[in-house]
Amino acid sequence: MSRGPRLAVAVFPGTWSERDFVHVADLLGWEARLVWHADAELGNADAVVLPGGFAHGDHLRTGAIARFSPVMGAVQAFAERGGPVLGSCNGFQILCEAGLLPGVLLRNDHLQFRCDWQWLRVEHSAGPWLASEELSSGDLVSLPISHGEGRYHADPDVLAELEASGRVVLRYADGDGAVTDEANPNGSLNGIAGIVNQGGNVLGLMPHPERAAEAEVGGTDGLRILRSLERWLVAQPAVAERRL
Amino acid sequence: MRWVADVHVRLRPGIADPEGQTIAGGLRALGFPSVGEVRAGKLLRVSFDAADQEAAEEAVSTMCRRLLANPVMETADWELQAEGIPDEEEIA
Repeated sequence: MSRGPRLAVAVFPGTWSERDFVHVADLLGWEARLVWHADAELGNADAVVLPGGFAHGDHLRTGAIARFSPVMGAVQAFAERGGPVLGSCNGFQILCEAGLLPGVLLRNDHLQFRCDWQWLRVEHSAGPWLASEELSSGDLVSLPISHGEGRYHADPDVLAELEASGRVVLRYADGDGAVTDEANPNGSLNGIAGIVNQGGNVLGLMPHPERAAEAEVGGTDGLRILRSLERWLVAQPAVAERRL
Repeated sequence: MRWVADVHVRLRPGIADPEGQTIAGGLRALGFPSVGEVRAGKLLRVSFDAADQEAAEEAVSTMCRRLLANPVMETADWELQAEGIPDEEEIA
C-alpha cells in the first residue's frame, strides 16, 4: 500500500483520548478522522479506534450507554466484515458492553483509580494489532494504564474458552514477565489486560498504546501495537487495493 | 397508563464487591462490629407508559435485560406500580 492507514477514531460525549490517537497517527504519517458518536458512517476507514475516556459519563455502567450510539452499528458491521477495531480503556469497556468482546470490566478491586506505567506480557502475537514482526509471544511491553474500572471478569466457561483459544493476548506482569497478584493493578481474572474476538480483528485492552508513542513521554512500546496495523494491512492486498 | 418500576440492580453472588467490603469496614468502625457482608447495588426508579400490567412487566423485563443490568455481572428485580391508582385503603 502506498499510503498510511486511515483511522476512524470514534468520539463519544466524554471521550478524552481521541486527540492522542490523532497525534500518533500524524507521527506515523497516517490519516485519522474523528467520527462523532451520532454518525452512522465510518467513511472509508482501514481501522476503527474506540479511545479511552468516560463515554456518556460512564453512567449506569462503563460503556453501557455508548453501545446505543449510532456509530456503534457501523463499528459492529465493520468488525463483522473482519475490519480491525481497537478499543483502549473505555473503548474496551464499550466493546464488552456492545457484545463485540466477551466479559465485562468491573471496579478495580482496591477501588482506586490507577494511573501508572505497567508491564504487560504479550501472550499471543497475531492479527492486525499484534503483528509478529513487532511483538513476539512472551515479549514484555510497558504501557500506561489509567482507569478505575479495569477488573476483567467473565463467566468460568467463557474464561476457559478464551484461554484455550489463545484469545487472551496481554496480561499484567512484573518487570521479569511474571504474572502475579502483586503485578495485577486491578484484580483482573488471570491477570487479563487485553483480549481479542474470535476473528482476532477486534482487540480490547485496558492500557493506552497511544500514550506510549514518543520517548519524551516515557516509552514507545505503544507504537509496536499501532505499527502492527500497517504491517497487517500491507499483507492484505485485497483490503489495501479496495481502499486505495 | 402510567407505571413506575423500582428496579434493583445487584452484583451477582460470587462476584467480589470491593465497594460493599469498604462500606462494611466503615460500619464496623462506626461501632457495629457484628456487621458481616455488605453488597452495594443500584435502585433505579423508571416511569413509563404501558397499556396494562402484562405489557408493563414485559417492558421492564426488556429494559433490564437490554440496558439496566449486565447479566455477566448483575441481576435485576423490580416492583411495579400503576401511577395514580388509589390503593385499597384509600378506596375504603
